[in-house]
Amino acid sequence: MAVKTTTGAAAPMPASGGAAKSGFWPWLNKRLPVDKFLADQVTEYYAPKNFNVWYYFGSLALLVLVLQLVTGIFLTMFYKPGETTAFDSVQFIMREVDWGWLIRYLHSSGASFFFIVVYLHMFRAFLYGSYKAPRELLWLLGMLVYLALMAEAFMGYVLPWGNMSFWGAQVIVNLFGTIPGIGPDLVLWIRGDYGIADATLNRFFSLHVAAVPLALLGLVALHLVALHEVGSNNPDGIEIKEKRGADGKPLDGIPFHPYYTVKDVVGVGVFLVLLAIVVFFVPTFGGVFLEAPNWEPANPMSTPEHIAPVWYFTPFYAILRAVPDQRMGALLMLIAVMAFLFLPWLDRSPVKSMRYRGWMSRTALAIFAVSFVVLGYLGMQPAEGLYVLLARIFTALYFAFFFLMPLYSWLDPVKPVPERVTYHAH
Amino acid sequence: MADHAGVAGGDEVDLSRRKFLTRATIATGAVGTVLAAIPFVESWNPSERARAAGVPTELDISKLDAGQMTTTVWRRSPIYVVRRTPDMVSRVAGHDADLKDPGSEKSDQPAYAKNPLRSRNPEFLVLVGTCTHLGCLPKQRFAAGELYPSWPGGFFCPCHGSRFDLAGRVFDGSPASLNLRVPPYSYPKEHLLLVGADEKGAA
Repeated sequence: MAVKTTTGAAAPMPASGGAAKSGFWPWLNKRLPVDKFLADQVTEYYAPKNFNVWYYFGSLALLVLVLQLVTGIFLTMFYKPGETTAFDSVQFIMREVDWGWLIRYLHSSGASFFFIVVYLHMFRAFLYGSYKAPRELLWLLGMLVYLALMAEAFMGYVLPWGNMSFWGAQVIVNLFGTIPGIGPDLVLWIRGDYGIADATLNRFFSLHVAAVPLALLGLVALHLVALHEVGSNNPDGIEIKEKRGADGKPLDGIPFHPYYTVKDVVGVGVFLVLLAIVVFFVPTFGGVFLEAPNWEPANPMSTPEHIAPVWYFTPFYAILRAVPDQRMGALLMLIAVMAFLFLPWLDRSPVKSMRYRGWMSRTALAIFAVSFVVLGYLGMQPAEGLYVLLARIFTALYFAFFFLMPLYSWLDPVKPVPERVTYHAH
Repeated sequence: MADHAGVAGGDEVDLSRRKFLTRATIATGAVGTVLAAIPFVESWNPSERARAAGVPTELDISKLDAGQMTTTVWRRSPIYVVRRTPDMVSRVAGHDADLKDPGSEKSDQPAYAKNPLRSRNPEFLVLVGTCTHLGCLPKQRFAAGELYPSWPGGFFCPCHGSRFDLAGRVFDGSPASLNLRVPPYSYPKEHLLLVGADEKGAA
């Protein structure tokens, strides 16, 4: 836990005030630093006062994590892994368990909402340069959370053992077969059989409900510890810790509680309304959140006419398919994901926020955002004709954003950054 | 440290000795961790049961009509068996220039299938029916011109658009780089196909 070092104005600790005070709370605080922790991390944790709507998505990601853990724990009570039982047990949950359909749709929609929230959270970092020093490690930890989330989502999609589960697993596991030399043996080891089988399903179940969630919780905790050490960035990209008042507190900072807890509650309200609309009215979201072939049991002898992963993987899937060579395609897809890791060192701009960057960085970011969305669309379409050509063009633009960044972020004509954050009282 | 100096009997702590012991302890622990990981890693290998289920599989091919395909299963993979008509055999030739690996130099097949028709018996084509790209099942598009005017007939993978001819050889412009695999197989009796075993024994 971070130790408060900035000021003599130490946290008010009612418990430590007088030895005469007695009762449960002082007794507890002598043994467990509840008050000290809350003061350090919440009531006297100063966050920039100029947060905007982009700053909702971190707390919302935490909310979805809790939603997925709770619904997942309940689904595990009814789900039976195994190639003869998995599909039927999901149908059992949907039709015969009281409220089972709600718990399952919350979990399946929650997965998509997790990625919506995380992608917006990441885009915020692109907008305001939140990955730049001193927040490189915060960014890397966040990226590890994202990678763990991708593994978690992929294995979760296999569990219902529908036909898209099966063939999705087949395609993704076979990607490891493109690794030179060890590929085929590695695929056999991952599957535990000569094809995607019972062994594969059961190990994915174990990883999905135990190993990866534990890793996710650990990584999220590290992400938060790192965040509270360096402090949040803000839409102006100004370090608020550099301008402190006489009391040692950042002039442009406000305590996280009550100011941002209250603000985040508003975000939670809006989020829950949107989640409820999807869960109650369009739980499959027209085949985008849950694909139609997954209402058929897995059939190793019949590939669905058209295989596409769930929407959150389709940008990378479009890149994979854009290359007419399997090894190069898989490699390019890997680079497309890993490129994010290098962002703090690719960006040579002297300023953080897009507010004070020039037209080059702004245009590049716009092109990247459009490319990501278009690739996501193309990844859902069949790999033929014009779609392949477009996928190649947007793949090139996607990579240009990253690999030309050292150049354009350095040449970019930047504007002067103000001393203090821009803030208009309401 | 100071507390222990007297107990140890000396005035100075022997740092090089301590450093050596620390490193030796870490190294021993690391080796132990790696060794202890082996059983867990190897538990992911195919089980005895999975390996036992991977024995060769037989198929009576006498009932397969000319121009037709049937599918059997070996090691959880579909095995395509096509009885090619003389016309289909003739359509395997003439497009070598459009293929990625016309001579099957890089592709995976037993020596007896490393020929233009990729088979022991020109009439019967035996292939592992999983795309060499990412494992989907290519669909039969045997008629000439079925996909486009110059299409000589073959297989088309719906997942990522890989195309193969009537000997399972991959066309240029496909995401797959290798021809469809040919499993080891043999004909122990007339009309009996044994997939997974040949003269060299079971795979």
